[in-house]
Amino acid sequence: MTMPTMDRREAVKKLLDTREGALVVTGLGSPSYDVHAAGDCADNYYLWGAMGGAALVGLGLAQAQPDKRVMIITGDGEQLMAFGSLATIAVARPRNLDLIILDNQHFGETGMQSSHTGHGISFNEIAAACGFAESAELRSLEEVDGLCEKLRRTAAGPRLFVLKITAENLPRSLPPRDAVAIKNRFRANLGFDNC
Amino acid sequence: MNLDANKPQVAASARLSAPANQWPDQVYDALKEAGVAHMSYVPDAGHTTLIRRFGADPDVVTNVLTTEEEGIAVAAGSWLGGQRSVVLMQSSGVGNCINMLSLPVQARIPLLVLVTMRGEWAEFNPWQVPMGQATEASLKAIGLTVLRAETGPAVVDTVSQAASMAFDSDQQIAVLIGQRLLGKKKW
Repeated sequence: MTMPTMDRREAVKKLLDTREGALVVTGLGSPSYDVHAAGDCADNYYLWGAMGGAALVGLGLAQAQPDKRVMIITGDGEQLMAFGSLATIAVARPRNLDLIILDNQHFGETGMQSSHTGHGISFNEIAAACGFAESAELRSLEEVDGLCEKLRRTAAGPRLFVLKITAENLPRSLPPRDAVAIKNRFRANLGFDNC
Repeated sequence: MNLDANKPQVAASARLSAPANQWPDQVYDALKEAGVAHMSYVPDAGHTTLIRRFGADPDVVTNVLTTEEEGIAVAAGSWLGGQRSVVLMQSSGVGNCINMLSLPVQARIPLLVLVTMRGEWAEFNPWQVPMGQATEASLKAIGLTVLRAETGPAVVDTVSQAASMAFDSDQQIAVLIGQRLLGKKKW
């Protein structure tokens, strides 16, 4: 039986329309395109590489900005490369970090090979075992509406949500690739000087 | 001091003269002086003092990592959020970091990594030698500035100026702490 999946761009748009000042870090590949497609802004920090780094960039950011909410939006392939980061984040226990995994169960950038999540690995269950304050798997846009409501509420610790999305390659919406410019824009927006 | 003779750092201390063995505490002071308020680490005997002192410091956030490259990404995020971070690791872990180092290098995000060396002086474990010998070349190949220090006072000076260059000049710097200084590991 094929389980229901949702449109990734619509799901990400819902999350970003209700971000309310949240800082967003994106994992390389399609999640960066999805976030860019929803509207470029200085609160977004896009990764174009450093695979496995998104959740941890988000952790450092959340620790440096404890009064702001940090949302990491990444894919199942990127997060699989940072499996241990779930343990590191669970131990660090930031209360302002939400990890959103857009899970199409495939390595979409490299020819749609089935990923580990397609073979039954469940990130929300792993997060729960690690000690995340909350974790769940979502399969519909209606559930994402509920998630947007939930994200407004204060958390007791890090939260992880898996959004099961349709496996498809959508037209790319490319963020700027100038890493220095993006960094400077992001920091200036937070009120920090650059070199 | 009542020290456990089985702990490697004791062997290191015993090899140093009295003033010289204060360098780990002085490195901590230098990093505090430089405004470091965030530290992440993979446990290592040579970094014992820094791990203990940062861990006990209420003004510093620390993260224990499962693998070294996590620390590179965490430090980048910390800087994006306006904080100065330091990453502690052993030379063996440098090999895990290479692709992740593209983030601070490409984004020109300040990075300060303190690396205790293995595989270069009185090393008893041959498996440590290949990465130890490749550490400096690997870091330079991905674009880091590499500084070496072989004595306690040199480590303190080097860390202090490396912090200045990293955070004031957006540089990515690794300070290698020589194995000769750390002492032979007792088993």
